[in-house]
Amino acid sequence: MNHLLILPILLPAVVGALLVLAARHDSVLARSFAVASTVLMLGIAVALLVLASDGQVRSYALGAWPAPFGIVLALDRLSALMLVLTAVLGLGVLLYAIGGWDQRGKHFHPLFQFELMGINGAFLTGDFFNLFVFFEILLIASYGLMVHGGGGLRVKAGVQYVVTNLVGSSVFLIAVGMIYSVTGTLNMADLARIVPQVPAADQALLQTGAVLLLLVFAVKAALVPLHFWLPGTYANAPGPVAALFAIMTKVGAYSIIRLYVLAFGADAGAAAWLAAPWLLPAGLVTLVLGMTGVLAARSLGQMASFAVIGSMGMLLATVAVFTPQATSAALYYLIHSTLAAGALFLVADLVAERRGAQRDRFAAAPRIAQGGLVGGLFFVAAIAMTGMPPLSGFIGKLLVLDGVRASAHASWFWALILSTSLIAIVGFSRAGSFVFWKAHALPAAPAPGYRPDGALSFVAVGGLLACLVLLTAFAGPVHAWLELVAAQLYAPAGYIDAVLGTAQGVR
Amino acid sequence: MEFLVASAIGVMTAAGIYMVLRARTFPVVIGLSLLTYATNLFLFATGRLAIGRPPVISADAAGYIDPLPQALVLTAIVISFGMTAVVVVMALRAYLETGNDHVDLPGDASPEATEDDWKLRGRKPAPAPAPGGRGGRA
Repeated sequence: MNHLLILPILLPAVVGALLVLAARHDSVLARSFAVASTVLMLGIAVALLVLASDGQVRSYALGAWPAPFGIVLALDRLSALMLVLTAVLGLGVLLYAIGGWDQRGKHFHPLFQFELMGINGAFLTGDFFNLFVFFEILLIASYGLMVHGGGGLRVKAGVQYVVTNLVGSSVFLIAVGMIYSVTGTLNMADLARIVPQVPAADQALLQTGAVLLLLVFAVKAALVPLHFWLPGTYANAPGPVAALFAIMTKVGAYSIIRLYVLAFGADAGAAAWLAAPWLLPAGLVTLVLGMTGVLAARSLGQMASFAVIGSMGMLLATVAVFTPQATSAALYYLIHSTLAAGALFLVADLVAERRGAQRDRFAAAPRIAQGGLVGGLFFVAAIAMTGMPPLSGFIGKLLVLDGVRASAHASWFWALILSTSLIAIVGFSRAGSFVFWKAHALPAAPAPGYRPDGALSFVAVGGLLACLVLLTAFAGPVHAWLELVAAQLYAPAGYIDAVLGTAQGVR
Repeated sequence: MEFLVASAIGVMTAAGIYMVLRARTFPVVIGLSLLTYATNLFLFATGRLAIGRPPVISADAAGYIDPLPQALVLTAIVISFGMTAVVVVMALRAYLETGNDHVDLPGDASPEATEDDWKLRGRKPAPAPAPGGRGGRA
């Protein structure tokens, strides 16, 4: 067993606890510890990525209890990729938050570390009750982060968010119970082994459980018709927290990819490709609704939220084709849309901080301080989010269009992706011209109460955008690697052997 | 017994969903509690219903019942209990800060939300704003 596998969970857990105990009153100490921990986490994630690149799946039996009786962590290319993505986004968001947001309420840094712990755990675990527990950890931390800084509206939006997710958790448990009652296992690899052997009499119960589970992941991924919580939550959450939440929708997408390829994939007999007929239309409707929402939004934060919904729709519809080619394209788009959405939320916050009482609403407000720089960053983020050339959004959409070519629904994909791109471009141009250009018609007056940010905020946004530029420049090698990720996903025997092999004492 | 347990789960789920869909936070919290009770009972029942069978190994047992669902229920109870506390505190905080206990955000709220608003009535609610009442920091 390689103990490196558990470090992405242990490190933030320990640092988070230390921050609560020792660094409550010392902001410098808390900031240094949080940054050191996140940088270290990035290092560990990259090391795991290198480790996973050899194509071997590694499993880690917690407490050395053999699978399927104990809980296992499993590392393959996909989970390593998600860990690196989390750490990169986390570092960017943390640097931005240190620009001032972290002092507007208590316990920002510990909650942030626990959030990362939950996300990392969800990406690593190989057991779906354990997945529930990590979901709860990341949700509990996110409840705290969501209302960070307080304010009536934010707390009210927070209540909606908590209630939605508590109902989601109940459904998750019911689904887990159903699947367990039929298969007698909670281990994903063991589930994949048992699902093909489930007798016809139990299929109804098993498939109901599996579809309920899909429903829960769809709530997390904000798939229509379960997306209602997202705009209110993201638009009212503090800017850096909304940016971090960009990875949380991807936790839902990751879980769908993981479970429905592994356990309900080609070998699942009567339950094969169970998710596809639901996920594909829902994804396409989500894409249309999200991008239409971009056009209808009344503030930058709302617009970014709907852009996230739209990108999730495109991502999940592409996943629902369930071919290695489409999945590798979807994964490229996943990396891109996470970073782009994170950067966009941070830019929206930069704008909101500078416009006084108008915040980021599309209402007349005087020119903002450092308007050229902020406007430039918005321009780059908008190009990325709408999928215009030259940035990675364009390449991502191109890969998706190419990847779904073999699908029977390819014409739907082409028509909807291309038309919604146009809608999104119109929406973003309208927002940009309203916030940055129309302001010039008003007499310049700095918003009251505004104090200029340090360079750190710009470094954070610029860093995330630089990652997008890197993703564009190295699109070839990245996509070649993502094809290996997809190939590994669609050959689940390796994963199952690696996880259950530990049961026979093979380490 | 199967009928009794199944109908108990069904009734609690139905009542819970009805309450969760109400407009104000207090019924929503009650609904969430009912929903989690139903879930816990359901999870418990996935280990099959049997009377007088131990979940742990003992010398004089005629048969055993699956112990795993009981462990799952325990985890679920702890999490749902903690979460209910969090949502109560956050609902209270939202009530004290915004002036009404409606779930909807001001933009979409029904006209009743303004009628129920204690800030607009110029009268304080019974529980005064507690200094330690910070929402959501579980």
